[in-house]
Amino acid sequence: MRHAIEASGLGKRYGDAWALREVSVTVPAGEVVGLLGHNGAGKSTLIKLMLGLIRPSDGRLAVLGADPFGAEARRLRARIGYLPENVAFYGNLSGRETLAYLAVLKRAPAGEVGDLLERVGLAAADRRVRTYSNGMRQRLGLAQALLGDPELLLLDEPTSGLDPAATREFFELVAALRARGRTVVISSHVLAELEPHLDRAIILGGGRLLAQGAVGELQAAARLPVTITVRLADGADGAPIEAWLRERAGAAPTRRADTLEFDVPHAAKLETVRRLLQAPQLVDIDVREATLARLYAAIGAEPAPRGRSET
Amino acid sequence: MRPILSIAGKEFRDDFRGRWTLAITGLFAVLALGIAYFGAAAAGRLGFVSFNATLASLTTLAAFVIPLIGLLIAYDTIVGERESGTLALLLSYPLSRAELIAGKFLGHSGVLAVATALGFGAAVVLIQLMTPEARTWSAWRHLGVFVGSASLLGASFAGMACLISALAREKARAAGLALLAWFVLVMLFDLVLLALLVFSGGNAMERALYPYLLLANPIDVFRLVNLVALGAGAGNDVFMSMTAAHAYPPALLVAAMLAWGFGPFLLALLAFRRQEL
Repeated sequence: MRHAIEASGLGKRYGDAWALREVSVTVPAGEVVGLLGHNGAGKSTLIKLMLGLIRPSDGRLAVLGADPFGAEARRLRARIGYLPENVAFYGNLSGRETLAYLAVLKRAPAGEVGDLLERVGLAAADRRVRTYSNGMRQRLGLAQALLGDPELLLLDEPTSGLDPAATREFFELVAALRARGRTVVISSHVLAELEPHLDRAIILGGGRLLAQGAVGELQAAARLPVTITVRLADGADGAPIEAWLRERAGAAPTRRADTLEFDVPHAAKLETVRRLLQAPQLVDIDVREATLARLYAAIGAEPAPRGRSET
Repeated sequence: MRPILSIAGKEFRDDFRGRWTLAITGLFAVLALGIAYFGAAAAGRLGFVSFNATLASLTTLAAFVIPLIGLLIAYDTIVGERESGTLALLLSYPLSRAELIAGKFLGHSGVLAVATALGFGAAVVLIQLMTPEARTWSAWRHLGVFVGSASLLGASFAGMACLISALAREKARAAGLALLAWFVLVMLFDLVLLALLVFSGGNAMERALYPYLLLANPIDVFRLVNLVALGAGAGNDVFMSMTAAHAYPPALLVAAMLAWGFGPFLLALLAFRRQEL
């Protein structure tokens, strides 16, 4: 398998403090990978190392088969698209002028500018950037990351400032890039939003690698409690089943209108579902593996809220 | 080369849009015309009197103004990009640090060169048109020396500003250091040299060393280039008498001016290449 990124024992030290230590990761080419971790986990340091913006203090790193600090570093950067967190531009230039200027620096064809502005849906491209909203700035940031049709995209908080429609368009764009064999690394805090679109996750904490792998594999390996939601039949009395769940399954169900939601240990999942199937008053059962946010919390010892608003 | 020209072009346009270019050009032209017209007022005369005397006065004036403007337009070259967050983005492109800083240096130096040529140049040409006796080949040559050396002086201070900008971690600190550099080189340096000369009693060694110490300051090199070219009797007699003990070979002055024009930029380049984001 071809790897877009290969790091072995990678470390970065500032004075006596290690921002990143003994990180060994592999990112297969053509996948969408989530780079997860709380502030100070080392995500930005890892991205800066991949871009050759800072030198590693320890270990080896190959990006698209090249050393980011080697003789071919400049050619390598032409193959990478980067969207920094809180991307900034020159306020006195318009979006179109900004992209045209950056296209020259990226050695990308000038003809790409108009296409990319259309692709990211940036209206008012002829207005000065200083008048842009966060979302418009983010769209322009995405457009510049796509200049030169890069093989690898490193996107730091790419949906920050985007409204739900723009976020959906962004993930459609990511899916299209993936379909064309591009590798996309997304660093984000919004795990619930990210989860359905990831092939793999790299979880960092305190500058160290906590976990990496395919999202499904990580979830299965962690064997975290699963969340079961059952819907009661119209007019059904949920009290007996609530009592049964408390006594027999050791669950603490939460009732919302005609649904009950509860967690059961991974090992008890099948048995619980089998028993629930025999309950006469239920019309639907939904079983969900632990979310990425709960997995992240379990691995990184971070508190995670439950439900759809998990981040 | 194209990225360097593109960055230089952007810096040039930014300075133009920000009205820097226009303001500097206008200032230079007004100052040049003012000095030329009112320069002999102390002697009870008004109007354009002597071309060489005007150029000598302009040299003294430019030695104060050009360093300040050079430092002001370029002090945030790198630190400004770092603070606004655009530096990391630019360096993630297939662009070397040398190309980035060279483009910026070229843009800022270009603005100063254009402003000098248009501002001082236009005024001097006007003076020439109004004073027929100044329409000589030697006057044009002196004008060429003045504009060329003033442009190099601007480049020198733009390069110093780039160096300060590469080393400083905050824009405010860079601004403070830029003003300090101006104060030391424009105000303090010559005073210290004079004090040394006076306290040493003007012994032979000091007198032999003094002319070379002047070469350690780009402003003095600029003055030497122009005033030595103009010769004595152009209102520069005090300076000439202080430096007359040493005959400067023209090649040495040209080399010193070129070294000061590009030296600070090369130091800025080295400093920027060694820095991490």
